[in-house]
Amino acid sequence: MPLLAKLLVQRIALGLLLLFLVSILIFVGTIVLPGDVAQSILGQSATPEALANLRAELGVNDPPVARYFAWLGGVLTGDLGTALTSGLDIAESLASRLRNTLFLAFWAAVIAVPLAIFLGLLAVRYRERWPDKLISAVTLASISVPEFLIGYVLMFFVGVKLGLFPSTAVSFRADASLDDKLESIALPIAVLTLVVLAHMMRMTRAAILNVMQSAYIETAELKGLRMFTIIRKHALPNSIAPIVNVVMLNLAYLVVGVVVVEVVFVYPGMGQYLVDHVSKRDVPVVQACGMVFATVYIGLNMVADIVSILANPRLRHPK
Amino acid sequence: MKNITFAAGIGLFFTSLYFLMAILAPLIAPYGMAEVVGGVWEPPSPEHLMGTDNIGRDLLTRMIYGGRTTIFIATAATILSFTTGTVFGLLAAVMGGWVDQLMSRFVDLLMSIPSLIFALVVLSVMPVTIPVLIVVMGLLDSTRVYRLARAVAVDINVMDFVEAARLRGEGRVWIIFREILPNALSPLVAEMGLRFIFAVLFVSTLSFLGLGVQPPAADWGGIVKENSDGIVYGIGAALWPAVAIATLAISVNLVADWVLNRTTSLKGGRG
Repeated sequence: MPLLAKLLVQRIALGLLLLFLVSILIFVGTIVLPGDVAQSILGQSATPEALANLRAELGVNDPPVARYFAWLGGVLTGDLGTALTSGLDIAESLASRLRNTLFLAFWAAVIAVPLAIFLGLLAVRYRERWPDKLISAVTLASISVPEFLIGYVLMFFVGVKLGLFPSTAVSFRADASLDDKLESIALPIAVLTLVVLAHMMRMTRAAILNVMQSAYIETAELKGLRMFTIIRKHALPNSIAPIVNVVMLNLAYLVVGVVVVEVVFVYPGMGQYLVDHVSKRDVPVVQACGMVFATVYIGLNMVADIVSILANPRLRHPK
Repeated sequence: MKNITFAAGIGLFFTSLYFLMAILAPLIAPYGMAEVVGGVWEPPSPEHLMGTDNIGRDLLTRMIYGGRTTIFIATAATILSFTTGTVFGLLAAVMGGWVDQLMSRFVDLLMSIPSLIFALVVLSVMPVTIPVLIVVMGLLDSTRVYRLARAVAVDINVMDFVEAARLRGEGRVWIIFREILPNALSPLVAEMGLRFIFAVLFVSTLSFLGLGVQPPAADWGGIVKENSDGIVYGIGAALWPAVAIATLAISVNLVADWVLNRTTSLKGGRG
């Protein structure tokens, strides 16, 4: 087998192994920990009979290993079970919410990625001068504030004081026209963009600066090329791999940001679904959501590694 | 404390201010923590410098007590994550072999899920109390400290003075705590600031989601949650914690930067 194919197969196998282990971790995290699920659902005043009934229904009396494999079999065949609190099929409710979440994350990425790369290039071009310092200061500030507060600050000033966009996403309907949908989620998109922009921009800047210190850049400088030409023709092609890596890692980061932002703007996505059911202690839903989030996260990290394997000739011919 | 820079001085000043406020909260707060003293969402006035909250409690009082809770939880979680992370990281570096492999792969596994998602999964079955929060946050965050401590210690482990200590027959505990730890301390201390900020953001996020500090106890994330309904009516009470968290995080950052620069210049490096 060619070396490149072997590396790729190895990386994909590692991803699948990781996913399997994560499923164990999520299952063990909700089952073996000392908390009594039945007691938490019914509260302190529950009668012993009610507790025993609920325990039997949850299958808490079966051996954990058997329950794990029954659950895993269900997950693999798309049967996520039913929610304890509402009795609805989890896979069904999850599918529409996952679509909404991906819609939100997609548009945030469409805006954030080009903007971050452009600002990163700008910061390198004017390194140590005021545009670079301004960008650094703004990103430091946005890293220092949690996502939900950026959300409320925007909601307060842009949504309520200026009245430019709807301040919550309650008007969002999945069957509305694209324009209406985008208008109702303009603010959540802005928040998510701000959240990932800072990280992505800093990492792009670092990746390009790293390349800028190589000898061939110095040669290009000495032969009198203009700064932007050097960046565009020499630095950028060599920093594609690290930049794609940065982008993927930040899209993975978006997955977490989405949870909080959805709660802030009352957007009917996965994150809100997860948080709701954590407070209701609906364990099957939490497990299912946890698995979906983990899968997306691990998948994006895997894509990042695969791209850097494909883009880096040195990885193709390791010594 | 010599040669402190201007930025670090400001950072240090505000950081100590916040910690003092947290420690002295019952003495400096103008009202009781859960005491209803006025109408709902009154604007700032001489009696209530920040106005009142969603059920008429003094907002400044809530902010001071909230800072106490948030800073206490974040500090405790940071201490926990540092002790576990450092001890296991140094142990992995010194022992090497399968012990190192086992612990490092387990940490890789834990870090392959976003910590917020894992925390939510765990908190769905655990009772949400302050000790549980501290343990969950501290252990999840210790994975990052573990990686740093291990990476630093692996370098130090092969140095001559460690070899000399081994040859004169010192035990593993001596090697870890007397030879390696003092030399690995500076990068770890700089990292501590970042972990502390991360813990502040993390506990605020959990409380905001309703899964952290439970009412009537105050904390910065919880204050946002309680007052968030006012935002759509143009009442900015929920934004005060943003100011508090941002200033605290930036001040701690400035101090951590200074510590890091100072320690790298000691080694003659260029940052």
